[in-house]
Amino acid sequence: MAGQHRSGEPGRPKTGDMGRRRFLGYLIAAPTLAVGVKLGEAGFDPEPAVAEAGLPSVLPEVQEVYDLSDLLLDSTRPTANLITVVVNEDGTVSFAMPRSENGQGVTTMAAMLIAEEMDIPVEDVKVEPADARPELLFNQQTQGSNTAITMYTPIRVAAALARGRLLEAAAIKLGDEATNLRTRAGRVISKAGSSIPFAELAAEAASTETREALTQLKPREEYTVIGTEQRRDDIVAAVTGQKTYTTDIDFPEALPTMIARPPTIKGTVESVNNLDQVKNMPGVSDVVTISTDASPRTGPSPSGVAVRARTFGHCIEAIRALDITWGPGSVDGESDESILRQIRDAQAPFNAPSPTPLDQAAGEVPLVTEPLGNVGPTEAIEEEFVFYWRSNAAMEPNVAVADVREDSAEVWTPTQVPIWTQQQVAEELGLPVGKVTVHVMRGGGGFGRRLFNEAPLEAVRVSKQTGKPVRLMWHRADECRAGRAHPMCTSRIRATYSKSLGKVVSFEQRHTGVSTDYTEVFGEMLTSNAARLPFSNELSVSQSVFYLTVNVPYDFGGIVLGYNEIFAFDKFATGSVRNLNNADVRPAQELMVDRLAAKLGKDRLEFRLAHLEEGRAKRVLEKVRDAGEWGRELPKGVAQGVAVHEEYKGVMAVLAEVDARPRTANRQIRGATTGPRVTRVTMAVDVGLPINPLGLRAQLEGGIMTGISHVFTGSLHLRDGNFQEASWDDYRYTRHWNAPPEVNIIVIPPEGERIGGAGEFAVGASTAAVASAYAAASKTMPTTFPIGHEKGLPFTVKSFEPPVPPSPKDGLRAYPAPSAAKGAFNPAR
Amino acid sequence: MPKHTFKVNGRQVTVDIEDDTRLLWVLRDVLGITGPKYGCGINVCKACTSHINGKAFNPCSVPVSKIGPDDEITTIEGLPATVGKDLHPMQEAWIDRDVPQCGYCQPGQIMAAVDKVREVKHKGGTITDEDIDEIRNMCACGTYFRIREAIKQGAEGM
Ligand code: FES
Ligand code: FES
Repeated sequence: MAGQHRSGEPGRPKTGDMGRRRFLGYLIAAPTLAVGVKLGEAGFDPEPAVAEAGLPSVLPEVQEVYDLSDLLLDSTRPTANLITVVVNEDGTVSFAMPRSENGQGVTTMAAMLIAEEMDIPVEDVKVEPADARPELLFNQQTQGSNTAITMYTPIRVAAALARGRLLEAAAIKLGDEATNLRTRAGRVISKAGSSIPFAELAAEAASTETREALTQLKPREEYTVIGTEQRRDDIVAAVTGQKTYTTDIDFPEALPTMIARPPTIKGTVESVNNLDQVKNMPGVSDVVTISTDASPRTGPSPSGVAVRARTFGHCIEAIRALDITWGPGSVDGESDESILRQIRDAQAPFNAPSPTPLDQAAGEVPLVTEPLGNVGPTEAIEEEFVFYWRSNAAMEPNVAVADVREDSAEVWTPTQVPIWTQQQVAEELGLPVGKVTVHVMRGGGGFGRRLFNEAPLEAVRVSKQTGKPVRLMWHRADECRAGRAHPMCTSRIRATYSKSLGKVVSFEQRHTGVSTDYTEVFGEMLTSNAARLPFSNELSVSQSVFYLTVNVPYDFGGIVLGYNEIFAFDKFATGSVRNLNNADVRPAQELMVDRLAAKLGKDRLEFRLAHLEEGRAKRVLEKVRDAGEWGRELPKGVAQGVAVHEEYKGVMAVLAEVDARPRTANRQIRGATTGPRVTRVTMAVDVGLPINPLGLRAQLEGGIMTGISHVFTGSLHLRDGNFQEASWDDYRYTRHWNAPPEVNIIVIPPEGERIGGAGEFAVGASTAAVASAYAAASKTMPTTFPIGHEKGLPFTVKSFEPPVPPSPKDGLRAYPAPSAAKGAFNPAR
Repeated sequence: MPKHTFKVNGRQVTVDIEDDTRLLWVLRDVLGITGPKYGCGINVCKACTSHINGKAFNPCSVPVSKIGPDDEITTIEGLPATVGKDLHPMQEAWIDRDVPQCGYCQPGQIMAAVDKVREVKHKGGTITDEDIDEIRNMCACGTYFRIREAIKQGAEGM
């Protein structure tokens, strides 16, 4: 580096910073101050990942040493290019964030990090999702709750560099030493009391050449922004209707477009029998047959008929008028019952307490912790839990705006994987990647839904065929039936215990389900990291994800975890849904923990406390015990349940109360799914350093609502090769009438600088605690989820041909809603 | 093509469109008023909730021909003007409680909440948890708890 200038660290206190790390970034030649950081280089975790510290001699479960966050972090290390922070001439700071914003609050978080380092008001930092940038490779995906973890240091380094440059520029102006200056509220201030706003320094601080520079970060003790409660950056726009989502963009030529989809999953179009008639319908501009496949250039057979028209209303009318002869789908004739039979046929046998290293029966590698030793006579409990299909649909359906030209294409979509979207679109169109622009829109909910490119691929196919720009949106019915589903699965647990020792001796869990489609992104990442994983690199991706995300937080002697699946990844349209496997695995575990406590004559919470391996876990459990008043007197039919969960480098405990008394469960709200009510939830969470506790709690509250849905109501019913649901009254996610009136989330104050993720964290734990409370309140342990699933269809199934329901005419009165004509449905009855 | 005239957010508008086109599409795709959101199109999710003559309704399920020249439509964009301010008290409560996550359902939630509070006040009551339980607006991000608190807070300012 000889001869290269490296900016020092003016204006930062020198006390106790002998050991403080310096971070490398870049000053970028630009008219106004711009700095860049390589995500990988500057982004080293302040604490080394546990995996790097070497593996303990007795193999703990994989998740404990190397969880999905580590994997995402490692995958982001070697490949990154620069992310840049720009100081504008009006003194505001801009950052194009290589992440999607679907409501998780990551742009707000980034603004806070920049505001912290630069000493400017959070409102003066403008963060927007960046367009697809192929040079960032895996640094642009938003999944696995990794955003806070991977972006924390790089963003701060960039901001600190920018601040340093502003101080240097001010020093020249003031004829002072940079070390005598400090920054506050968007100004540089000298000891003598003069001050210059950043706005007046932005141009002078700009670099004329792009070069390396070193900086240090603000020490923890001086934080004034990180760890404080900040509202969402787009909140005013969101509550005034000004927030722009994909279908709102001002592009009049991009006409509304919808697709008629097959009546069975992955069906095909054989013929369109009245094409001319529909083309001549009012408002219709184009009708074309296209592929709806999630991969580019696959399958010769078209699978949908797209209608482009003046309004989406015209699209709906045209789709309903289309006469299409459909070919078979991939799972015609299959139903919940037939799939459950096939899953059960594939289940691996229990073999603790002496598992073989490779479980040949199912071709899976069970993870084994420690030898069991001789403990004398034991008793066993055993159970199978069934989890039905769940939709991960967001409120905003799948959407994309596309404008395909002869030699280029432009796409707007709320993708969670912009680079992948860009690559797939380029491949589909036969264009070089550089000729495809992907604008990442703020989205109306992610939950793993936007890790797949159906919408942008469909949009470019229609735009290419018609030669016109399109504004593509899925109908709600499409979301339920053609959307991605969390695969149906079973989780079987067998636990042995010694009454004489008062101990659990072994805990074995065998998870079997329909395969999960991880091809989009996880696939490549895991392959490139497989060698680093402390087990065979021949595991399938799904198994890897399972072992990386799943663990048993309790010391239960020998722990055995096994995972296997049926079908090729694309037989059904599946995908990773909020909290991956833990939404199934954890409730099954915690219900069995309740039973073990009962068998050993222990209080359910104290039993957990006695068996927790980790101090942080014990602490959050004690918190909810006290704040949630564990064991308080409750009427018969009302009960508490509890769960502890470790994931994404965080730990949490949840205490839920469920009222299952008949008068509550049978309460009448027209057209509602009532049933047992979660009345109170107390959660304590330790994520290390919570950057924005207000945003963190929002994510956790959302996870609780999803957990409630998982236990009681939210599922898809598979019959005759398709899902029966087609609306939010059919697919019963938590609604106001199910939401707990009391929620108390305790965020453990910051410790260290270890950042945990939050987006998915609460789902599995909340599902487990609510299930545990319901079991206690109803005195029956539920074994199928959601509990209402097998009670039939509490709705009238909407037509499959045509594939979208008619638009009603009765909307002049919202309340009571005409759609709520039926009485309430109690899933527990 | 038939012409339809009505008032939206204090502005008189005329559109040339088929009688049975649902009002949501007239607002969004023709007039460019995109605050009301599509979440289902079949009067279930309530993301499109707006007001007609001061009462909540769902434009995805109303043919434009049912809207008369004297009818006043208020969408989320026009809500502040109904109280002559930059923000309606309900919007202020939403901001104060940091309610939105993705935000997609929130225009509908706010319009529904204002209607519910008006209805309860009209009957001389104050908003209760039971009243809020009846609101049908769906939120897939699960912001229900904050909405519950914000409605009670916003009601105080109404
Ligand atoms: S879009 Fe109008 S109720 Fe769902
Ligand atoms: S805030 Fe995302 S759907 Fe309600």
